[in-house]
Amino acid sequence: MSWDYFLNHSPALIIVIPLLAAFATPLIGRFSRKAMYIWITASLALTEIFSIILLYGVHTEGTMVYVMGANPYNLSVPPDSGGIPVRIILTVDSFGAFMAFTASTVALAGGIYSIASEHSQTGQEKYYALLLLMLVGMLGMVLTGDLFNFFVFLEINSLASAALVSYRIDKGVAVEAAFKYAIISSIGALAFLFGVGILYGEYDALNMAMIAQRMKFTDLDKIVMALFTVTLAMKAGAIPMHYWVPDGYGKAPGGISAMLVTASQASLYGVFRVSFTVFGLSANTLTLGWFLIILGVLSMFVGVTMALIQHDIKRLMAYHAISQTGYMLLGVGVGLATLGTAAFNQYGLAAMEGGIFHIINHAMYKGLLFLTAGAVIYRVGTSDLNKMGGLAHGMKYTTIFFMIGALSIAGIPPFNGFASKLLIYESVYQFNPLLSIIAMIVSILTLASFVKVFHSAFMGPKIYDVKEVPKSMLIGMCILTFFIILFGLFPNIAMTYLVAPAAKALANPLGYIARVLGGGA
Amino acid sequence: MLLNLPFITVVIIMALGLYAMLFKRNLIKIVIGLSLIESGVNLFLVSLGYRNGGIAPIYTNAPSTNMVLPTPQALTLTSIVIGVATTAMLLSFCMVIYRHYGTLDSRKVRRLRE
Repeated sequence: MSWDYFLNHSPALIIVIPLLAAFATPLIGRFSRKAMYIWITASLALTEIFSIILLYGVHTEGTMVYVMGANPYNLSVPPDSGGIPVRIILTVDSFGAFMAFTASTVALAGGIYSIASEHSQTGQEKYYALLLLMLVGMLGMVLTGDLFNFFVFLEINSLASAALVSYRIDKGVAVEAAFKYAIISSIGALAFLFGVGILYGEYDALNMAMIAQRMKFTDLDKIVMALFTVTLAMKAGAIPMHYWVPDGYGKAPGGISAMLVTASQASLYGVFRVSFTVFGLSANTLTLGWFLIILGVLSMFVGVTMALIQHDIKRLMAYHAISQTGYMLLGVGVGLATLGTAAFNQYGLAAMEGGIFHIINHAMYKGLLFLTAGAVIYRVGTSDLNKMGGLAHGMKYTTIFFMIGALSIAGIPPFNGFASKLLIYESVYQFNPLLSIIAMIVSILTLASFVKVFHSAFMGPKIYDVKEVPKSMLIGMCILTFFIILFGLFPNIAMTYLVAPAAKALANPLGYIARVLGGGA
Repeated sequence: MLLNLPFITVVIIMALGLYAMLFKRNLIKIVIGLSLIESGVNLFLVSLGYRNGGIAPIYTNAPSTNMVLPTPQALTLTSIVIGVATTAMLLSFCMVIYRHYGTLDSRKVRRLRE
């Protein structure tokens, strides 16, 4: 029971802690509400701590391999298996650890926020159990090295998310949105499973590294690649598969909307992981990269133009979430398109860093914006922007948090959105100037849209006599604001410790394969 | 020829399911379509691991080593369990929707757009 023990077993522990906590929650909630809140906060905080331990681990040791049920814990290829990795293998590289950190931070903020925002609702034990399960799904997706395991966590995540979207079950629309979301994600997951089946039939393996090594890239593999990228992009909410996003994000409770952003990003992680690690060595990465770029540009542009005409505050933010996902697809897509050429070192890697940096930035500021929207709805009782106004008089802190989030999403310095967007503009401009210009125009439209929201919700004469929201909601927002300002003022910290290693790990499928198939130690 | 029969069945079941999901208006029929697709995928997984004349993959006292593959069966079991959970959840959504809207017609269940 030493430090090394925790470090070595952290990939499994980070999944186990919220999983056990989830099933204990209804039990504890039966005895005391207060104990349950402490329990939730403690387990979310513990998960967050373990995500930092993971970051430390991959920083010092490189890619970590954890084999479920093996002795020693990292014996991925047992001596008597004939060179085939057996058992479920968790493979944590810098990108996975980075995503785990993002997911658990937003979950911590969303969980603490929910304590006050859902205070008067019934069925809270189930709410928190599902919230923790949703986190389990995300963490599992980003940490696993096994395709079938990925499918299982994908389903855990979608089931929990769909149930949470329908949490306001007294309103029919919430259930309608949840139905849509559940259908979309089940279809996506089944198509993914079909692809996994084809790959298993061809290569006799479920481990990503093993499949990548044996990959011959036949016509069948092209079908699998299409199945994987399209279904995961659908779950990530890229246009033209976006129609569930505004409904799902818009009808979920505030804290859950923030977590749905990271759930979508876990699917986005799947797109990147599959296209780089599994198919990156054998596929034509230029075509695949352009596919992601086109998806990205479409999402960026259509998302923001749709957002401009919305008058429901959460639907509007949901369309912006689609649009911001486009930036990540664009940045990483440019990296994928230039992978293996001289251009990769010139600007491809920088574009990938921009795209990956944008993932964590987006999770933080979009999470914050959804939390402020939830706070506004909590006090005013409507999500219609036309009925709001003058909220800045009563809700000073919420107004400040909203301003920080809005300036950050528009890419205004000194907030974090600026840092990643600048990286994307600069590097993508060298790849194709037109794409970069579109990205800048989208950014301006985003600013315009949020000026509108700010003006109609917070400015103007006092209409509602509202108080500030309760403390725990403010704490939730505070956590995300802290990271926004930290990454905005000191982007170097995030770049050196989080983003640059993640981009390098993602762009290096050979290192990933060698680490898994290299056996123990 | 006969060996391809399971795969042909897979395609037929999945096509039926897809048809139901795309063209049926009743929400419960959409859920049935989803279940059909799921059964198709499960059948696909099991048939992948089938070997002609194979026996159950238990090594103790096995008469021959011509065994069906165990992994696809494990995958299918997991997938069936997940499928039950999904179907149960979707059907309970249908119930709540019916209670609020008084109909299960997907053309009338669209208050989100308003």
